[in-house]
Amino acid sequence: MAESDFAPWNDPEAKPLIQFKGVTKRFGDFTAIDDLTQDIYEREFFALLGPSGCGKTTLMRMLAGFEEPTEGQILLNGVDIGHVPPNKRAVNMMFQSYALFPHLSVYDNIAFGLRREKKPKDEVHARVKEMLRLTRLERFAQRKPHQISGGQRQRVALARSLAKAPKLLLLDEPLGALDKKLREETQFELMDIQEKTGTTFIIVTHDQEEAMTVASRVAVMDEGRIVQVATPDVIYEAPNSVYVADFIGDVNLIRGTARLRPAQAATEAAAPPPEQASPETTPAAPVAKEAAAKTDGPQPNPLGRALHDRILSPIFGTWLEEEPRRLPPPSAAETAKTPAAETPATPAHPQDIPPGGLEIDWSEGQPALLAANGDPALDGEKVVLALRPEKLGIAKTRPDAPNTLKGKVIDIAYLGNISTYHVEIEGGVMVKAQAANTRRISRRDITWEDEVWLSFTATAGVILKDE
Amino acid sequence: MRRFSWFNATSLTLGFAFLYLPMILLVVYSFNESRLVTVWAGFSTKWYGELLQNEEFLDAAWVTLKVAFFSSTIATVLGTMAAYVMIRAGRFPGRTLFSGMIYAPLVMPEVITGLSLLLLFIGIGLDRGVLTVVLAHTTFSMCYVSVVVSSRLSTFDQALEEAALDLGASPFESFTLITLPIIAPAVISGWLLAFTLSLDDLVIASFTTGPGATTLPIKVFSAVRLGVSPEINALSTLLISIVTVGVITASLVSKRAAVQRRREEQAAQRTA
Amino acid sequence: MRRAVLIAVPYLWLLALFLVPFIIVLKISLSDIALARPPYTPQLDLNEGWAGIRAFFAGLDFENFTFLSTDDLYWKAYLSSVRIAGIATLCTLLVGYPIAYGMARAPQEWRPTLLMLVILPFWTSFLIRVYSWIGILSSEGVLNQFLMGIGLIGEPLTILNTNTAVYIGIVYTYLPFMILPIYSALEKMDESLLEAAEDLGSSRFSAFWLVTIPLSRNGIVAGCFLVFIPSIGEFVIPSLLGGSDTLMIGKVLWEEFFSNRDWPVASAVAVVLLLILIIPIVLFQRSEENAREAGR
Repeated sequence: MAESDFAPWNDPEAKPLIQFKGVTKRFGDFTAIDDLTQDIYEREFFALLGPSGCGKTTLMRMLAGFEEPTEGQILLNGVDIGHVPPNKRAVNMMFQSYALFPHLSVYDNIAFGLRREKKPKDEVHARVKEMLRLTRLERFAQRKPHQISGGQRQRVALARSLAKAPKLLLLDEPLGALDKKLREETQFELMDIQEKTGTTFIIVTHDQEEAMTVASRVAVMDEGRIVQVATPDVIYEAPNSVYVADFIGDVNLIRGTARLRPAQAATEAAAPPPEQASPETTPAAPVAKEAAAKTDGPQPNPLGRALHDRILSPIFGTWLEEEPRRLPPPSAAETAKTPAAETPATPAHPQDIPPGGLEIDWSEGQPALLAANGDPALDGEKVVLALRPEKLGIAKTRPDAPNTLKGKVIDIAYLGNISTYHVEIEGGVMVKAQAANTRRISRRDITWEDEVWLSFTATAGVILKDE
Repeated sequence: MRRFSWFNATSLTLGFAFLYLPMILLVVYSFNESRLVTVWAGFSTKWYGELLQNEEFLDAAWVTLKVAFFSSTIATVLGTMAAYVMIRAGRFPGRTLFSGMIYAPLVMPEVITGLSLLLLFIGIGLDRGVLTVVLAHTTFSMCYVSVVVSSRLSTFDQALEEAALDLGASPFESFTLITLPIIAPAVISGWLLAFTLSLDDLVIASFTTGPGATTLPIKVFSAVRLGVSPEINALSTLLISIVTVGVITASLVSKRAAVQRRREEQAAQRTA
Repeated sequence: MRRAVLIAVPYLWLLALFLVPFIIVLKISLSDIALARPPYTPQLDLNEGWAGIRAFFAGLDFENFTFLSTDDLYWKAYLSSVRIAGIATLCTLLVGYPIAYGMARAPQEWRPTLLMLVILPFWTSFLIRVYSWIGILSSEGVLNQFLMGIGLIGEPLTILNTNTAVYIGIVYTYLPFMILPIYSALEKMDESLLEAAEDLGSSRFSAFWLVTIPLSRNGIVAGCFLVFIPSIGEFVIPSLLGGSDTLMIGKVLWEEFFSNRDWPVASAVAVVLLLILIIPIVLFQRSEENAREAGR
């Protein structure tokens, strides 16, 4: 995939296609967009994700020209387009309802925009043919929109909005009207077309799975602000707030107080730490190194680091200010790729626990939870440990793991390939753990009311400031 | 399959008998040989012949058609504009007054509308005739047109207009190429409604008309004040048949279009 | 710019041909009758400048309205218009409800046809529909002939030129206005509600009273206003079917204007009629707004 080499947002030389500069949009007393600054690069597939009313649609309508910003600038290739009417912008939009003209044929729908430019007939014809081929609609050219199926309508809408070869294509919940199966197929089709045409796509969606699948970067929005912008894997694995962690996927939130881990853990880990091996194995390699460097141990190049932090970032300003979040270093268990449910807790000896980080006191009389990837700056703060259910192992006997929790199975949700166990741990906190169903259901040994042990590594979770 | 219950069948039969018997009797007696309504003196079409030779009626019919055509056409243009303003133009100074003026003529008694327009025409010294009737009819029927068109516009997916703009159409192009063709059925219904209202109007026309511009309803009214006349029966029969044929044709055409559309939609889903 | 033109054209048309005429009516209602052309004073003479305007306003008074309140004829006419419209509306409801109910409960494939049958008379001339009753109700008309023919009555009944004929005329011509809103309310109603009511032990009849009627209330209210409001100012029906003792304000206004040529009094009658109509119109508007909000 292109993801590993396509990252213009990390390249200080890259020129953004779209720049929001302090954009605010108010409707009367209501602030839909609140002082938003964001760059979007050429060839990006950028997803705006958030609940309804978070401002994502307003942001898109401002790009299309249907709304004008109250304050701030929207630049397209460095030119302010904030007050250019929609029919004079090199931006096209695919509407949520598709907005196909019901009285025009598929062909005429696609040709509509080209004809407005007063292009010669044969040029229009050639372009429409090309679009029909791209979206596999050749057979339906003469049909009216009501004579084709929902999936075909969606493709007509896409073809129509791409016909003028816009610099930027906006997609407003483009797949909302399709059923689940068709939606998944279409997601890949969209990515394919985006790659073929090289157009920059901005997609608005409230479906996080969709955003994660198609986008090169995801912006999670809330109340008119972008809470976090990052690649899908970072958004999922290293959310920067409880809001993002909770919004994306399933998550267990364990609240507690952070405490700096005793230093001796760091000295014990004299053996080559597992994250040294990771650069070759995971695409998030530099990330892991940096995170480790930030928290403890010898930094690879302290001078370079300082140069960067103290001098370069003030010069380059915004693009460095909000340094992209990085993935936490993978744990030993993760690199070994052991199915957690089958051999829970794996041979994770205390010395395998990466040094440094935090301990979290979450319940009186319970051992503190270890989080080697916790930011030492949070020492003494109220924090939330965000744990994805699939990162928890579940077993009937106490495993040998950095973190273990005892509890009782309250409910099991059988989803076919996986099961989600709802476990009540000490203090009445409900925790979800997911395990792959590698055994037949009749041979599963965990059932309702069973006493079980949940386990997770010292880097499985993310420590976030409690809001 | 659901069937008519005894009670519903009875109430529908009686109800429709009440609605249609008077008109059927009118049609039947138009073919009566005798001038007297009370006596059936055998089948005849002589009243139709007399009607078609009555110059006054023919003149009045011609005036009425002229008035109806011009007033409904102007009313359709103005009413569509007014509907567009009501639904799309957003806020502007005097919007409340505007919407009040759009809806008030719908509930205004005809005698008041007629009186006030007559006083206006006298006040500005406009000679009463075909022109004044056209102005009067346009004013009240444009409100009906705007109600019909605005109810269609309010369900119109605004994204269609935005899509046209987005694809580079000017606001004017987006109206003529997209909005107008889609709301055309409502605009045509509005025109037909305005045309019928104008054909039908007695009170406002009586107030605003002048010499040489007697419309058919005024003629009919002065004739039937004196009692039943077989010529009026014949005229009524003609009008009733025109309307009946028109309405039935329209409903058959629209029904066929709806069936066709449903069939195509189902076919589209199957092949998907 | 284009938007301004779009707004201005219909706006100016309505101002010139709806609002201004109405202001003229208001002004003339405050003037006095005169043997002149036009037959009222004062006339606004702008040639005399400010003094002319002052003289004009000084000449206006409420004399005509005082006259309306002292002369029996007028307030009796208002009262009887409201009464006739009210009774006729009630009759229309009683006739229209069963028809609307029957339509809403008819087999699905019948409904478009039935609906068309209700709408068809609406497109037919109002005048002709009123006229058709003259031949039926007159003393030697079809109805009397029929009733005497079957021996129910010996003497022809006098129906034409009475208030009864006016009621029949209003019910007949305004019936579609009653049926259509009730039908659309009843058609939307979920029939399983009736089954639920019967399942919970109510009889068919009480289920009708407790479920169907309240749920079609919006349709009933709308239908009643749609019949009541226009029939107050009705002119054609009372003048063709009513008798000399049928007092309706539309007819009074017409006669005041065309027969007596008393423009100021006719204008005053119009102004008062409008004031009377404002009450049901405002009530109607409010009930429509409530219905819309409840429907949300």
